[in-house]
Amino acid sequence: MTVGKDVSALFPDVVNCMQTDNLELKKLVYLYLMNYAKSQPDMAIMAVNTFVKDCEDPNPLIRALAVRTMGCIRVDKITEYLCEPLRKCLKDEDPYVRKTAAVCVAKLHDINAQLVEDQGFLDTLKDLISDSNPMVVANAVAALSEIAESHPSSNLLDLNPQSINKLLTALNECTEWGQIFILDCLANYMPKDDREAQSICERVTPRLSHANSAVVLSAVKVLMKFMEMLSKDLDYYGTLLKKLAPPLVTLLSAEPELQYVALRNINLIVQKRPEILKHEMKVFFVKYNDPIYVKLEKLDIMIRLASQANIAQVLAELKEYATEVDVDFVRKAVRAIGRCAIKVEQSAERCVSTLLDLIQTKVNYVVQEAIVVIKDIFRKYPNKYESVIATLCENLDSLDEPEARAAMIWIVGEYAERIDNADELLESFLEGFHDESTQVQLQLLTAIVKLFLKKPTETQELVQQVLSLATQDSDNPDLRDRGYIYWRLLSTDPVAAKEVVLVEKPLISEETDLIEPTLLDELICYIGTLASVYHKPPSAFVEGSRGIVHKSLPPRTGSSESAESPDAAPSGAPPSEQPAVIPTQGDLLGDLLNLDLGPPVSGPPVATSSVQMGAVDLLGGGLDSLMGGTGFTAPSAVMPANLGPPPSGGLGDLFDLAGGVGTLSGSHVAPKTVWLPAMKAKGLEISGTFSRQVGAISMDLLLTNKALQVMSDFAIQFNRNSFGLAPAAPLQIHAPLAPNQTVEISLPLNTVGSVMKMDPLNNLQVAVKNNIDVFYFSTLYPLHILFVEDGKMERQMFLATWKDIPNENEAQFQIKDCPLSADAVSSKLQGSNIFTVAKRNVEGQDMLYQSLKLTNGIWVLAELRIQPGSPSFTLSLKCRAPEVSQYVYQAYETILKN
Amino acid sequence: MIHSLFLINSSGDIFLEKHWKSVVSRSVCDYFFEAQERATEAENVPPVIPTPHHYLLNVYRHKIFFVAVIQTEVPPLFVIEFLHRVVDTFQDYFGVCSEVVIKDNVVVVYEVLEEMLDNGFPLATESNILKELIKPPTILRTVVNTITGSTNVGDQLPTGQLSVVPWRRTGVKYTNNEAYFDVIEEIDAIIDKSGSTITAEIQGVIDACVKLTGMPDLTLSFMNPRLLDDVSFHPCVRFKRWESERILSFIPPDGNFRLLSYHVSAQNLVAIPVYVKHNISFRDSSSLGRFEITVGPKQTMGKTVEGVMVTSQMPKGVLNMSLTPSQGMHTFDPVTKLLSWDVGKINPQKLPSLKGTMSLQAGTSKPDENPTINLQFKIQQLAISGLKVNRLDMYGEKYKPFKGIKYMTKAGKFQVRT
Repeated sequence: MTVGKDVSALFPDVVNCMQTDNLELKKLVYLYLMNYAKSQPDMAIMAVNTFVKDCEDPNPLIRALAVRTMGCIRVDKITEYLCEPLRKCLKDEDPYVRKTAAVCVAKLHDINAQLVEDQGFLDTLKDLISDSNPMVVANAVAALSEIAESHPSSNLLDLNPQSINKLLTALNECTEWGQIFILDCLANYMPKDDREAQSICERVTPRLSHANSAVVLSAVKVLMKFMEMLSKDLDYYGTLLKKLAPPLVTLLSAEPELQYVALRNINLIVQKRPEILKHEMKVFFVKYNDPIYVKLEKLDIMIRLASQANIAQVLAELKEYATEVDVDFVRKAVRAIGRCAIKVEQSAERCVSTLLDLIQTKVNYVVQEAIVVIKDIFRKYPNKYESVIATLCENLDSLDEPEARAAMIWIVGEYAERIDNADELLESFLEGFHDESTQVQLQLLTAIVKLFLKKPTETQELVQQVLSLATQDSDNPDLRDRGYIYWRLLSTDPVAAKEVVLVEKPLISEETDLIEPTLLDELICYIGTLASVYHKPPSAFVEGSRGIVHKSLPPRTGSSESAESPDAAPSGAPPSEQPAVIPTQGDLLGDLLNLDLGPPVSGPPVATSSVQMGAVDLLGGGLDSLMGGTGFTAPSAVMPANLGPPPSGGLGDLFDLAGGVGTLSGSHVAPKTVWLPAMKAKGLEISGTFSRQVGAISMDLLLTNKALQVMSDFAIQFNRNSFGLAPAAPLQIHAPLAPNQTVEISLPLNTVGSVMKMDPLNNLQVAVKNNIDVFYFSTLYPLHILFVEDGKMERQMFLATWKDIPNENEAQFQIKDCPLSADAVSSKLQGSNIFTVAKRNVEGQDMLYQSLKLTNGIWVLAELRIQPGSPSFTLSLKCRAPEVSQYVYQAYETILKN
Repeated sequence: MIHSLFLINSSGDIFLEKHWKSVVSRSVCDYFFEAQERATEAENVPPVIPTPHHYLLNVYRHKIFFVAVIQTEVPPLFVIEFLHRVVDTFQDYFGVCSEVVIKDNVVVVYEVLEEMLDNGFPLATESNILKELIKPPTILRTVVNTITGSTNVGDQLPTGQLSVVPWRRTGVKYTNNEAYFDVIEEIDAIIDKSGSTITAEIQGVIDACVKLTGMPDLTLSFMNPRLLDDVSFHPCVRFKRWESERILSFIPPDGNFRLLSYHVSAQNLVAIPVYVKHNISFRDSSSLGRFEITVGPKQTMGKTVEGVMVTSQMPKGVLNMSLTPSQGMHTFDPVTKLLSWDVGKINPQKLPSLKGTMSLQAGTSKPDENPTINLQFKIQQLAISGLKVNRLDMYGEKYKPFKGIKYMTKAGKFQVRT
């Protein structure tokens, strides 16, 4: 404002003007103070008095202005004086002052968070959520959201149905910006059932007709998220889908910057729910004067929406784009034609002929791009379009980009037997071998080996030449290694070489450019934010990722209770029952096969890289982020964090929540936890638990396919373990597991397997195999599944054994927070095969004497001391094998607390 | 929330900066300049630019980049919408939004920006509220202020700020009470080589100029409200009433405002009011190409098409063009290769045409791309979607207002491929 001049020397004079009645002068002085107070903190004190006085001015405008300005002066001494006026202003009679004061709390929190907490401003702010004025509500929500962002654990925005109702009421009446704050806040709420979700949706839908696009997109976010909870058969679900399309289309007629953000979000929405926009293909057609960033996004969405019904239109458009001026756009359009061919099988032929037309134009970059995508089409539809090879070969000389050259060489090598002069063609490439890029060199090596295996007689010389070029004259280790491998293969066993090199290649699929379903679900929660623009979870890029809370979509079914945050620690399970994953070893042979397969159809650079980024981050973020990321599709992993010790009837609820596998008759069953996260098992997620019913132990598994391909040929095996647990029957999954499908299976176990002492004792290492790979994980089983039904000892026997076992084998434990009576304890433990032999009352304490037997015949004797009125028990265990005591104690605790 | 705002002119000077929180060094703009350099044209600068510690969101309007700096996860649309509002406010205050005007009124600009955001949270963005807080500069007021020492800053809390109708102030008085509504429709269309429509949609708005005394409550009904299935309303419109009765019921803001905007989608049949016949051919051998376009009316419901303007970006290989129009003026810029032809009105009896030859760079092969023809036109007294206002009623006030409704159809992004 001062055109870069430092005018801080005038500070005292300016402060003198502060007491003026002229409002404009006052405002300008305030502006000056905001800029210069920091450089002259001592002098800024002079202004405090006037501020305090202004905060009591009869004119609300001045009160608000004073408190607003004070918050902007980031000088500690001033903030000290701010507290009292701020407290007054938060309770001011004028809503204008209150709403300004609400924002001021956020400012103060930014300067001195401790002060705000000490002064109790956060509670006052929370009270403002139920203010009568909608603008005050909106600002309070905005301030709380901003504070909560820097303190993710503080749980400031504790939403309940009442406060939600207030927010929804305020939503209708506040300004557009307020609506954005409120909608973003609503999106973090988890409705308790589908009815509540529907009623919130109904009240949010009118926002879709708002003129402010940010309001529209925030409303879309809320709807997309809560829709997840609605049943698809509901009429309302269909209505909602219909209502979502027009506002999204309208966003595309806005200014290009808005369009860009909208398109990035639509890209996510289309992947999650393609049905919303499936009839709106035409709005994504590119206008020639769209900015390039809009063009590229539109193209991407066009391909996602392409289907058999509209493919003709799409192809005609893409062909049109391929003759535009902008080189990047043209390239992408040509690539898009290839992706269409791979995506819509019926159109492949038309796509190929379109590509051939484009090759005829002889425009250099178009030809090169076309050849790259034709290679991909060959990979998807082998032995179908080889007739075009001749045309491709004509353009061999014009190829100057490595990717196109590599693609062409791959084609020649792959179809060497049908190309008469394949050896000549490849030989011509060989001349400048050392000038080629690595990609081309590798491809050339493989292609010539293929050629040799197909036509061994004529090409012996050629293959020797290339092998020596690759192994002796090259500095590139990749190239040398591959050369040696081929060399050795060919020299030792040509038949094996043939089997390895000329093996039938797996088909590529169109989904290569899709976002991982788990990441997609997370991103849907971030519609309208920067995360949705970058297609990365916020933790991957937000400054310092200040403990970002992972958001996940709510589970579809209206479960009776839902945890606030999916990363809530599994409290019902025994401690330290975290799945450990043994890293899988790379399949060397598989890698070798893949070497020459060339990259699959590469998606848009942004999308693919973001997928990788996301995945890397999730792995790096440790188990918490893993569980957060997978929380949605595996609702069983969500533990009820706040369930107190339930009465016996509550047990059923708990089981329902955990997937409804438990029965009351058997011993205690812990809810399922994720043993093998999808990230570590190429998309296979396994969660499970152990149960014991009527003498039979079983392992209840939930297998979810989160990959994009079908899984089949499942098998399971256990490593040797302490109690000889082994599968009693093979893992029977009859139908292949389709993507996103979940199968529940109960695997019967016996204890006749081979025994090896593990550490910890109850550790079980499991290997699961499917058609993709073998995965390893380990889990801890609760010991009580091993307690047998005939574990009740005779009284006399008990006494004798108790005496017999030496005292050093006795272990004592405390069980805390278990307010059960002795009888309840006894009956509860009996359900899990811990039998009460006798009960005594000694000095007001209940003593329970109990026995149990493990499957391998080890007896454990217990003395449980219960002090009436105190929730803590003392457990003494005696056993001939003292190392089991600790695990028996864990079993006790698990049973009693659930 | 929004941290700072930088205004950058097209030569890359930061001529204004405003910080709502702590000061962000202007060096952060270097990342913007990098991105600007990569994008060849100003329009192609990506709207969201990440930097190590901040995010830069920008819009380009009136040859000025408005660059907002944010540090945390803020909805980008929120920021972009706000920037649009800043541009609109400047335009509203000063008539035009240009570097010169902003520099001339720098005090008012700072006062306005300070009122619009508080700590990055929008405070007052409605132009009528802002104008009550800070009066726009006029020559008369400047003179009066200098003499009397009064100020541009209002010392009363704007009445609209907290009422249920924040968009309207109380105590409005007019001697002539009038309400005008303009129904303006823009056709966005892509027409392919053979003249068939690939996609066509209508973006419509109803802009209003309402100067009525007191607190009038208006209702506007349509003959065919079914056309409007995709609408965005001004906050003043009562949504419930629209849902149930398809009637627009509202207490209008004072002055000019956009009552609603609507979208008639590509699935409905959109009438295309003009056609273009073209014959643009390059030959491989010769360095001359033929060029011929004719524009004619089609489905105009008897109305005249006027203000017709044809522009086309010719391929790089075209050196010059020698053309003769049957009416209007044409220019060809050999540097930017932009051909523009100001046609004016279309007379259906004598269709306007532009014919001639193009001289191409000798020795090069014919251009790969075909030029796209961009068309602008206007048709008065016609809403091409067929939307018609049925009646306008006023409740709540006693006087009889003067009412007027005007229709207009314009070309939006109307492109003909050749």
